[in-house]
Amino acid sequence: MSLAITKINPAFVDVMPQEYLDLASDGPFAADKSVKDLGTFKELIEEHPLCAGCNLALAFRTLISALPCPEDTVIVGSTGCNSLAFPQLAIHNVHALFGNQNAVASGLKRGLKLRFPDQNKDVVVMAGDGATADIGFDMTMHSWIRGENITTVMFDNEIYANTGGQESGMTPFGTVRNMAPTGKNFQKMNVPEFAKQAGCVYVAKVSTANTAKIGQCFRNAVLAAREIGPTYIQIYTPCPTNLKMKPAESVALAKKRAKEDYAFEEYMSEEVENLLVSSGAIKPKVKKEEGKK
Amino acid sequence: MGAYQVLQGPEGYLPPAAAMQGVTLAGPGKAMIEGRHVEKQEAIECIAEKLLGATVPTFFPGPLVLWRTTDYAQERGKLIREISAEVGAKVIPMPDYRPKYPMINPEVEINPNHPNLTIWFNKIDVGVFIGVHCHQANLALKIIRGGTSCFTVALCAEEGHEEANVSLRETDNDTLRKLLATVKDLKKRRA
Repeated sequence: MSLAITKINPAFVDVMPQEYLDLASDGPFAADKSVKDLGTFKELIEEHPLCAGCNLALAFRTLISALPCPEDTVIVGSTGCNSLAFPQLAIHNVHALFGNQNAVASGLKRGLKLRFPDQNKDVVVMAGDGATADIGFDMTMHSWIRGENITTVMFDNEIYANTGGQESGMTPFGTVRNMAPTGKNFQKMNVPEFAKQAGCVYVAKVSTANTAKIGQCFRNAVLAAREIGPTYIQIYTPCPTNLKMKPAESVALAKKRAKEDYAFEEYMSEEVENLLVSSGAIKPKVKKEEGKK
Repeated sequence: MGAYQVLQGPEGYLPPAAAMQGVTLAGPGKAMIEGRHVEKQEAIECIAEKLLGATVPTFFPGPLVLWRTTDYAQERGKLIREISAEVGAKVIPMPDYRPKYPMINPEVEINPNHPNLTIWFNKIDVGVFIGVHCHQANLALKIIRGGTSCFTVALCAEEGHEEANVSLRETDNDTLRKLLATVKDLKKRRA
């Protein structure tokens, strides 16, 4: 049934716009595509109204290309810059109210489990740092505590970008923003650690400095959420508009931060590790002593 | 309440929702013409007459018929194309509900959130919606009634639409066959 919705009724092939013909013939549906295949297939998001050099757009495009089963995935978004791109996405997506995205995703996942008990339906939340860690923090945390089978992705640009640059919980200590002129006077929230403590079975902290890593972690997270429990990915996505950078400089900033305070971190429970090893998604870890031998 | 008629537009910017004006959906086996409850056959004849009398009749098939490959859906597709061919109608699809900004090609597709643009561009005077999810159909129908003079027809597989000028409910393939037969019959009589 799921793939039937990606095929065009033969009676209408001659009147379908080219974009949809391309999606049906060269889209990623039922094909094992990944980030490294970008440019070789029709993407599910091609046009969006985000700013030039937006790293959120880069991360978004990367994530969508790494979805294991796009035809069986529903993405839940929330208010923020990313919500401007969602309407252009050619797979099912829901715009939740500001902050309640993880509650919506929880209900959706449970409903899909009841409606399609024999199929895997992935539910992924994609929201900014304001929606995930400030306004929706209670709903984010409780979905993890309840052990919902959903993946949560935070686009961390460390600012409320589309409302002019207010500080968020994710803004680093002391940072001055357009609408936070005296500098932030408390620490950046350590959401990956909260996620671990709240029961997430897979947690990763990445940046747009390494898009291949984003794709790989996201895939792992979706597979782990499908089989085991809640998963969380936090992606550093600097905003050139608010940080007053040239668009071309934003990835350089992501690379710089990746070497400083936004280095790659990954945590997975033993159960997830066994799952990912058995499915071939990752290689088994070799203990140091065994490696020496 | 109850006197409100769902007439051909333009009703004006932000037309009142027909449901708020007291227009109710017809019951099983019935249909609606301009908000009145009528027999299904009367509505089918009305649709056939409107289609044959139109200058630019157009079918707007939605995702529920465009993206289906079951035998039933394929047959439904064939019937829609047969009817459109019989009345000389265009077929402009609404493949999904993405807003399609900043631009679309109104010759080949319809922006679900600005259907009036495609109707104005093509000078469509009778538009038939089929296979569009009900929430989106109501939105599109209301926009069309508000801003254009297009006569709207909803061939709904569920309970029908108050916002359409003519609305059928439970439009299955048998109903489409009846519509096709009525069109052919009317054409023969007119010839």
